[in-house]
Amino acid sequence: MSIQENNQLLRFTTAGSVDDGKSTLIGRLLYDSKSIFEDQIEAVKTSSEKKGFDYVDLSLLTDGLRSEREQGITIDVAYRYFATPKRKFIIADTPGHIQYTRNMVTGASTANLAIILIDARKGLLEQTHRHSFIASLLKIPHVVVCVNKMDLVDYSEEVYNRIVADYQAFSSKLDIKDVQFVPISALNGDNVVARSENMDWYEGATLLYHLEHVHIASDFNHIDCRFPVQMVIRPHTLGFQDFRGYAGRVDGGIFKPGDEVKVLPSGFTSKIKSIELDGKSIVEAYAPMSVTMTLQDEIDISRGDMIVRPNNQPNVEQDLEVMVCWMNQKTLQSRTKVIVKHTTKECQAMVKDIQYSVDVNTLHRIEGITEIGMNDIARISLRTAQPLFFDSYRRNRQTGSLILIDPNTNETVGAGMIV
Amino acid sequence: MGSYYLPHLKELEAEAIFVIREVVSQFERPALLFSGGKDSIVLSHLAKKAFYPAKIPFPLIHIDTGHNFPETIEFRDWLIGNLSVQLIVGSVQESIDKGRVREETGVNASRNALQTVTLLDTLEAFKIDAAMGGARRDEEKARAKERFFSHRDEFGQWDPKNQRPELWNLFNGKKHHGEHFRIFPISNWTEMDVWQYIKEENIALPSLYFSHERDCVVRDEVILAKSEYLPLKEGERVQRLVVRYRTCGDMPITGAVLSNADTLELIIEEVATTRTTERGTRADDKRGETAMEDRKKAGYF
Ligand SMILES: Nc1nc2c(ncn2[C@@H]2O[C@H](COP(=O)(O)OP(=O)(O)OP(=O)(O)O)[C@@H](O)[C@H]2O)c(=O)[nH]1
Ligand SMILES: [Mg+2]
Repeated sequence: MSIQENNQLLRFTTAGSVDDGKSTLIGRLLYDSKSIFEDQIEAVKTSSEKKGFDYVDLSLLTDGLRSEREQGITIDVAYRYFATPKRKFIIADTPGHIQYTRNMVTGASTANLAIILIDARKGLLEQTHRHSFIASLLKIPHVVVCVNKMDLVDYSEEVYNRIVADYQAFSSKLDIKDVQFVPISALNGDNVVARSENMDWYEGATLLYHLEHVHIASDFNHIDCRFPVQMVIRPHTLGFQDFRGYAGRVDGGIFKPGDEVKVLPSGFTSKIKSIELDGKSIVEAYAPMSVTMTLQDEIDISRGDMIVRPNNQPNVEQDLEVMVCWMNQKTLQSRTKVIVKHTTKECQAMVKDIQYSVDVNTLHRIEGITEIGMNDIARISLRTAQPLFFDSYRRNRQTGSLILIDPNTNETVGAGMIV
Repeated sequence: MGSYYLPHLKELEAEAIFVIREVVSQFERPALLFSGGKDSIVLSHLAKKAFYPAKIPFPLIHIDTGHNFPETIEFRDWLIGNLSVQLIVGSVQESIDKGRVREETGVNASRNALQTVTLLDTLEAFKIDAAMGGARRDEEKARAKERFFSHRDEFGQWDPKNQRPELWNLFNGKKHHGEHFRIFPISNWTEMDVWQYIKEENIALPSLYFSHERDCVVRDEVILAKSEYLPLKEGERVQRLVVRYRTCGDMPITGAVLSNADTLELIIEEVATTRTTERGTRADDKRGETAMEDRKKAGYF
């Protein structure tokens, strides 16, 4: 571990098909960046020996559940942490198996960067396509494609170039801004932290170098002011008799004391009196800060309301078009009733129409369908019981996202991105 | 115009405060599980910030094994007074006396596993529907798998193979009657983050965390404090050592480390160069490869 006090945080996720080496790569990154403790590596060595392996299985560093260790696959996301003198990293190591796509989406939803692994022997597989498509839907701003297991294809430049070309052909149909490629061996560590001696034909940077240098400052929206109210703070104590603070997290834009604001849905306007946290005033509040705001006028505001600027307002509507990843065994049909959670608001909703689902391999639309099943990605029309205050997901990942909840089981059944 | 990005500690703080406020908004009877260790102290500090100038709107629950360090209890009582919040104590001794659990026997006996019963009984008695804890994902490989909002069935059990998806910052705390949630606002913090935050925010800690002289027994390479709860094995002898603690669990199972670090600066330096995990000093995690997962499934912290 290294000490840094004011470093940027990069959240990244792994993606790709089963056994492409995602967990091994994370183990390797942690190991080579010296983020693994002696007792952890001892435990992994012992487990590898017990399993009869003649190498240290670094995937055991993240595959922490009993069933994962027994089956040698990842089932649920593991979060790991490491730091270099340049940055702090939060890794979500996600499963490749299609059955656990919901967990991949969980890990990917908060990521700034996705590492997509491809087994050099196998090339692009259906899960490579699905995960890349999900990464583009989730608007993960940066993608690094790692062509892995280069040791098993004699570190061949031809194999690498062919996979790069295949991926580029596929990703040109996707909406991903920044794609980089690195040939690696997660098992042996080539081009992960240190440059490979086996691939002198590769002139690009190592994976860690990419992670340390990718530009992430602009990943939040600092233009459209959005402050969903989480709760109202009323102390009712001496000294704070009349205090009425609106607690929440900034989802976009920059708020300052004195700014004129408008409250949705009431439409009342006022000015920001103060922005504070723990009694200390804050000069400028921007995403993703958690603060408490007070206004100059007493207005009736409650959880689920949104504070915005009068000259820049979100959509206020009950009808929305949503791209949804469906994550439940029970299928979704027209007229299915769900609960929608969007920013700090929650309300009933009904699926009015299924427009189409997407074939993840060809990215073609499949129209005229009447239901969508587990792991399908589809565009639906949703009618909510109350208006939501939203932006398109493309414009703002916070005010453009929602989840669907089954009112009977209470399970989270869908991840929605507002078109 | 400056560049609008938050340094990592501020981002982690903002995330934790958001989660704590969600808990109060979504649940009827939340509580904070307070162990007396640095993580739950940081959590109480974050809770104070989240609601200021209002008071923390939920009680703190301490599951008292009866095997605590006296320093922990002393600190707990000071903090409760300072924050003026309600304290609920669940006593493992009472669970034993009532026959709810049986005490382990032998030299390696510990009350660690017994805490689960007392914890679940306490949550039920006070009808707590959301119990916040200071567990971090970097502590242990089963914890690395946990959601912020972690659903528990009516028996208090965790089903790690079937967790709810958790997308963006949209936390789903919906549940059926009798079920509850465990919530971990500082999931994404590392040991280093916690120490840096304690320093930055000037947070008070029990003296155990700083280097001090103590009578100890070294057992299986773990330095244990001499205490009435630790029966000595044959041939074991008591030595006076200069130590500090990296975590604060029960006296007979929490290992100390040899250390001269008596300031936060020195502790941070030590954390930066240390080569073992903080839980590496805990005998409770050494009972098998998936000891933590097994305990968590049953309802442990
Ligand atoms: N030879 C070679 N084997 C590798 C490499 N990377 C991973 N492997 C092996 O591939 C197998 C699968 O690796 P994992 O890391 O578990 O794969 P994964 O992508 O995490 O799989 P899921 O999480 O289940 O989707 C293991 O046996 C690894 O040792 C590599 O670079 N070279
Ligand atoms: Mg894996």
